[in-house]
Amino acid sequence: MLQRLSHLLGTEALSHEQILFLLDQAKPFQEFQRYPLKKLATLRGKTVAIAFFESSTRTRISFTTAAARLGADTMALQAESSSLKKGESLIDTVRTLEAMRPDGIVIRHPSSGAPAFVAERLEIPVLNAGDGTHEHPTQALLDALTIRDRKGKLEDWNVTILGDIVHSRVARSNIHLLSKFGTRITLCGPAMWVPRELENFAPNLRVTHRIEEALEGADVVMVLRVQTERIHEPSLAADEYIAGYQLTPARLRLARPDALVLHPGPIVRGLEIDSAVADGPQSGVLEQVTNGLAVRMGLLYHLIGGAPTDAPHPAKDRSNASD
Amino acid sequence: MLLIKNGRVLDPASKTDAALDVLLDGERISRVGANLEAPGAEILDAKGLIVAPGFIDLHCHLREPGQEMSETIETGTRSAARGGFTAVCCMPNTNPVNDNASVTRGIVERAAASASVRVWPIGAASMGSKGEALAEIAAMKSAGIVAVSDDGKPVATARLMRQVMDYCNSLDLPVIDHCEDPSLFAGGVMREGPQSLRLGLQGIPAQSESICAGRDVEVAALTGARLHIAHMSTRGSLEYVRWARKQGLRVTCEVTPHHFTLTDEDVRYDSNYKMNPPLASRADRDALIAGLADGSVDAIATDHAPHHPASKDVEFDRAPFGITGFETALALGLSELVHTGKIPLMRLVELFTTGPARVLGFARKIASGEPADLTLFSADHEWTFRAAESPSKSRNTPFDGRAFRGAPMATIVAGRLVFKR
Repeated sequence: MLQRLSHLLGTEALSHEQILFLLDQAKPFQEFQRYPLKKLATLRGKTVAIAFFESSTRTRISFTTAAARLGADTMALQAESSSLKKGESLIDTVRTLEAMRPDGIVIRHPSSGAPAFVAERLEIPVLNAGDGTHEHPTQALLDALTIRDRKGKLEDWNVTILGDIVHSRVARSNIHLLSKFGTRITLCGPAMWVPRELENFAPNLRVTHRIEEALEGADVVMVLRVQTERIHEPSLAADEYIAGYQLTPARLRLARPDALVLHPGPIVRGLEIDSAVADGPQSGVLEQVTNGLAVRMGLLYHLIGGAPTDAPHPAKDRSNASD
Repeated sequence: MLLIKNGRVLDPASKTDAALDVLLDGERISRVGANLEAPGAEILDAKGLIVAPGFIDLHCHLREPGQEMSETIETGTRSAARGGFTAVCCMPNTNPVNDNASVTRGIVERAAASASVRVWPIGAASMGSKGEALAEIAAMKSAGIVAVSDDGKPVATARLMRQVMDYCNSLDLPVIDHCEDPSLFAGGVMREGPQSLRLGLQGIPAQSESICAGRDVEVAALTGARLHIAHMSTRGSLEYVRWARKQGLRVTCEVTPHHFTLTDEDVRYDSNYKMNPPLASRADRDALIAGLADGSVDAIATDHAPHHPASKDVEFDRAPFGITGFETALALGLSELVHTGKIPLMRLVELFTTGPARVLGFARKIASGEPADLTLFSADHEWTFRAAESPSKSRNTPFDGRAFRGAPMATIVAGRLVFKR
């Protein structure tokens, strides 16, 4: 039987089999999102701590909703309203949360490695909802689910990632995940954000600073948000970025005709992506959001539910629906 | 009188490597010879041990005054004694900064009252180490400093460095610099490279150090002053030192045990792997070892940097830089350099004794009339380092639980046995 996960800290350490298992776990939850009554009793009586030490809307709502639809209660910690402002350390904050006996904790934190730091010190499962410039594993899993759905399989595609790669946790998690499936990855963006050294990051990975070259033959194009709040070096003029790297309809025509366009959100229309592309038929942006719920429900079920990996799937069992 | 019998005396100054006894009389060495007899003297049996000149650490942080939660002169020097050090040079980044004679005198007085080993303060180069006005260097020299440095940061500008060097040259004091270009350093927390990319930790390029080392070497050429590069971690800096020596400049340098032992590949999300300068690439680490072997590097210095446990038990990028170092320094030198065949045992002893003494401008040897400072160690004793057993107030070390071959066995300062394993 498959090795159970005790935490989800990143995609780097996940095996090929674990990734496929997590995608398969998410699958029935995709259909579940269309049910009129979106509530299961699977995690009834369980509590999920949602600790966000960095502002976020979509990921926080996605995790909170995923927990609710599984029947779990949540306790939320928001950095702005927490005792962090009073100088409490991360370890004291999460130990305080743990003392209220949650069954798992979802953490977003501006410091790379913060979820790993917490996981080493707490007894409960830790789910990384994005740490600094390190990883954002649920984003990569939901991207993989979207690719598999739209393109029929996950293996052997040409995937191009556009933007500020060096500061992107989404890029790191996607590179680690996709490179386990034979993906040929092209990284493209301004040279100071896409250093050549990234080529050693994974097999079948190349770096180019010319967007035309990056898009040619691409099956999937992932556009990253230009993350102004995380840039340490002098930033680039927006006009310069748009001229060189915005994904426009004309540039998208360089990719395969059926190329899928993904974006982790939130989108800055007119900066990294043209609205015609973001809203066009090749865009998978809204499916990504729905798939995010399914992936997170699957993860919470697996990590907190404690059911064996070969147990019947809860979303397939209608008697499990909550009253 | 104390008679050290049956030991193997290793004295780099005289190139002595022989079975000799050493007789100490009060604070001085009285006699060195084979089969010495001294009726009435206390005997210390050094059978199987190496008897070396007292080890000198050019670079440590004792945190007193002002940061006594992390370390004090008393606890730090007890840890130093366990590491075989008979003298330690403490950096001036205390609170207040050691930038005037009254702080220096305070350190000297606290050392006289509480220290296990000799404490040689290093004074700040600039007031408050702020990189503006010169510190009261001449007055601090009268009070006991042995060098100046704005350690923790570089001497701020080439112009200030020129003034500091000119002034220190007239006072015959070495200037020690922590080499770093702040604009390239840019909030980094580990060495830039494949591992920093993987961990998503802000990288510090190797050139952040070497650019500053190059600047300092040029200013040394301009002034003719004595320059010592602290905790050197890159091949680039080492090349500047080699170039300077070829020009006949008085430039020296030190390397820490962690920089010749670990590399950036060892870094994990554990703040015991966070220090400044950060752990270097494998190529830079190998270049440092080559420099230790060929004589380009003058000293091994610990950069013992205690931080109280709560301050280090935080996210990697929020933790302070630095690790403790006294008690593992010799064992790392033996395990990583000598037992691996990279340098001879005599060279290792030189790096802990005559090398650092030369940086400070004096000789270190085992001879009649010399201070009775001796380090006795075993090159083969097998033991495991336990941070929890250290007299230091801090536990921030990546070497906790590491098994070693070779250890300090006894430390003698001014004729007094201050540590015995």
